[in-house]
Order: sequence, then structure tokens, then C-alpha cells
Amino acid sequence: MNDIASLIHIKGLRDGLLVSLSDAPWEEQSAALLSQIDGQQAFFNGARLALDIGNQILKVNEMVELRDRLSERNVSLWAIISESPITEKTAQLLGLATRVSKPRPGESHSFDTRNVNEETALFVNKTLRSGARIEFSGHVVVLGDVNPGAEIVAEGNVIVWGRLRGAVHAGSKGDKSAVVCALDLLPIRLQVADDAMNSSTRKETGKPEMAFISDQKVIVETWQPGN
Amino acid sequence: MTAQVITISSGKGGVGKTTTVANLAVALAADGVKVVCLDGDIGLRNLDVVMGLENRIVYDIVDVIEGRCKLRQAMIRDKHLPELYLIPAAQTRDKNAVSPSDMQRICNELRPDFDFVLIDSPAGIERGFRNAIAPADRVLVVTNPEVSAVRDADRVIGILEAEEKRSTALIINRLNQALVKQHDMLSPEDVLDLLGIPLIGIVPEDESVIVSSNRGTPVAQDTKSRAGLAFRNIAKRIKGEEIPFLDMEKQAGLWDRLQKMTGRRS
Repeated sequence: MNDIASLIHIKGLRDGLLVSLSDAPWEEQSAALLSQIDGQQAFFNGARLALDIGNQILKVNEMVELRDRLSERNVSLWAIISESPITEKTAQLLGLATRVSKPRPGESHSFDTRNVNEETALFVNKTLRSGARIEFSGHVVVLGDVNPGAEIVAEGNVIVWGRLRGAVHAGSKGDKSAVVCALDLLPIRLQVADDAMNSSTRKETGKPEMAFISDQKVIVETWQPGN
Repeated sequence: MTAQVITISSGKGGVGKTTTVANLAVALAADGVKVVCLDGDIGLRNLDVVMGLENRIVYDIVDVIEGRCKLRQAMIRDKHLPELYLIPAAQTRDKNAVSPSDMQRICNELRPDFDFVLIDSPAGIERGFRNAIAPADRVLVVTNPEVSAVRDADRVIGILEAEEKRSTALIINRLNQALVKQHDMLSPEDVLDLLGIPLIGIVPEDESVIVSSNRGTPVAQDTKSRAGLAFRNIAKRIKGEEIPFLDMEKQAGLWDRLQKMTGRRS
């Protein structure tokens, strides 16, 4: 227990966290994992965990217990990766995945932000529902709707090929040249850099529109072919 | 026989989850299929009250989980329908007495003996809700045609998508056609447009629902009630029958548009 870091390794995947365990006894490892989660509640809250247990063999009740303990901490266990076919079968019996290669939709997103520059965009290929939040250091492109209660914060532009009904903040680090475009632009809140749009008087136009800063005010213009 | 486990959920409270569970259960059982209802709202149980079975409770779901009784002992048979059972929630405990795996275990034990297991989910998106959706093969999301209920339904659908519960369908409850006409209530199209999941039924606002809930005889047994008819139709659709939507829902060509929308995304 003295060195938790050597017992478990945690890595971010595009759809959750991958926890790799070493060969230490199971009780020790699960205790280490839980104490790590307790120590960093803010980080783990709402997370989806995939557990790589190597060649250890886990019994049903051990798996069930861990899942319940995680569930108490608002962490969901979605996959068990194991080299043992018996353990894989046990995991499948409990409705857990045994592979992580398949892309899975997640509610919270974490991204590799090391190589983001002014030409990097995050492509979101689904409707963002209430409670979803996307924060990205480049541009964000959504193919789908952004429903009320969903939120996008981007350092660059935000393009929505769909209805924009949620909250959006473009140029979040102060880029006043950022724009927000949507096929149907009716956000609950729209902000570019430090300037917010007055959205209370807006009506549905049924046309694609773009919001941007002009004379320190956010204005909205209908997209015209050839502009 | 392998039961299909259907969880009825909503996010927001008071939209009619418990009423829906009770009515679908009664309608299904009256059609001759074997149904068991599970009250997932530990600590605030009321499915037993709506079904009129409160005074027969001896054991509850927590007693089963903690091994004080057998599953069979906690199952209460309905007064009128011999194929309908209820497993009540505990009133004196809270949601932490139950875990997602407990729910899964109980449902797996029920599956061989029933056609449908209906789970009444508590409001909210916390532990109790997670418990209720864990064993579900299918989730029916109940909403009212009002902004706050639809917002919460959207959140719930987002969570279900993340949990890979693919088979979700929507019930719009307490629709008041007169208010929709005056543009004072969201129309079914508005709701479907935002939520983008298939529709399985629209239940009109109907005072007889409240009256019959208080009496402990779900309105689905009342052949005169329009809401009762709507619930019976949903029950048939759950069984896989093709049932046209109520006349009321057909007005102004709505039915055609609904069909397009419900077929739009799977």
C-alpha cells in the first residue's frame, strides 16, 4: 500500500479511463484503486473506468463488489480487460465490455491537447444533450444538435451543423475574431471572447447564421451565398 | 420464457413514472402476459399505493437483497389479475441499500418466470436511477410537454446513450390538446424534435388518472378513459403490435409527421 503509483497506472482514453493493474494481490490493488479515487474525487467523479487486470483471475463476487464500490463513488465500471478467458466470460456475464478498442460515446470528454494549434478542430459526431459539456483549446465542429443544457467552450470557432440551442462560448481565451455558426442559431447563451450576445430578442429564422464581434458587440448575420 | 426488463424513467419527478408503470403492468397482465413490477424508489415507495396493494406488503426488495426472505415471498399478487406481481420498495431504508448488481441479480432470477419485468425508476440521475437502469433491456423515458421535463428527459437520454442502453422510447404524458392549439404547451412534434428518440405513446391529460390512482385501481382498467386507452395501446406496442395512435393525436396530420419522426432515428 505504501506506493500506490507502482500498483496501478491510469491513462486517459477517448471515452474513459484505462486503469492497468500490476500483479500484486487483488485486495491490495482494489484498495489502492479506491483510495486513489477517494483522494482525487473531483477528477474521478462521473468517470468511466476500464480495468486491465492482466492475467489475474477474478471471481464474480470480487467484480461485483468492485463495481458497487465504484458506483458508490459515482464511477462506472464499463470494461474488464483480461488475458484469462474465464475472467472475460465472468465480465461478460455481468454485462461489462471486454474490449476497449470500440469507440464508445461518453458524457465527459478529455482530449489530447498537446498539438493543438489554430488549425486544430475537434469533431463531435453526435447531438450534444443536456448535461454534456465540451471544452477544447481549438475549434469545435458539431454534426448534430446542441440541445438546451449542453455547453461548448472553445478557444477558437464553434461550427454547428444542426440546431444550436445550448450555451456556447467561442474565443474563450479572449480571441475576439472567433465566430459561432449554426444552421439554426438560437442559443440560450452565446459569448465570443468577453462579449455576450443578447439572445432574448432572437427569433427562429430558419436560415444558417453566424455570430461574431463587430464594434465590441456580438452581432448575428444570415449566411448568404457568395459572402 | 425470458422476460424483457423495461425500466421507466424520466429524470424529473412528478411526470408520471409510477402511474405509467402501474398502468402498463395492468394493461399487459390483462392481455394475458406475466408481469412483475419492481419499485426502484427505495425510501419513497408508492407503486404499491397506486396499484392498491399497500396493505399486503410483508417483505420488500431490501429484505430480498439482505437475505431475510426469498424473492417469491416478497412478490405480491395483484387483487384482480393473477398474472401480475409487485415487488415493493423499502420505505425505511435509502437507495444505498441497493446496488446495480443487486438489481441485475433479482432481474435474472425473475426472467425465466415472466414475460416482462417493469422497473419504476426514482426521479433524479443518482444512485437509485443507476440501480434502476442497470438491468434494463429497454428504457421508456416519460416526459410531460413542458420545458423543464423535456430538459431532464434529454439529460437522461444522454446518460442512457453513454451507458449504451440503445433501446429507448419516449412516452409523452399529460398532453393537453387544447393548450397545444393555443400554443401554450409544447406540441408532441416540439418534444420529439428535441429529443430525437422513437415515440411509443402519447397519454392525454385526464382527471380520471388521479382519481383512479388514489383508489388504487390504475386507469388502464377503465374502458371509458382516454388515458386508459392510451396506456393499453402503449402496452400493445411494447408487445410488438402495430397500433395506430389515438385520434386525438392524429389531428392536423400530426400522425404522418410523427411517423416520419419516429422512424427518423433508431
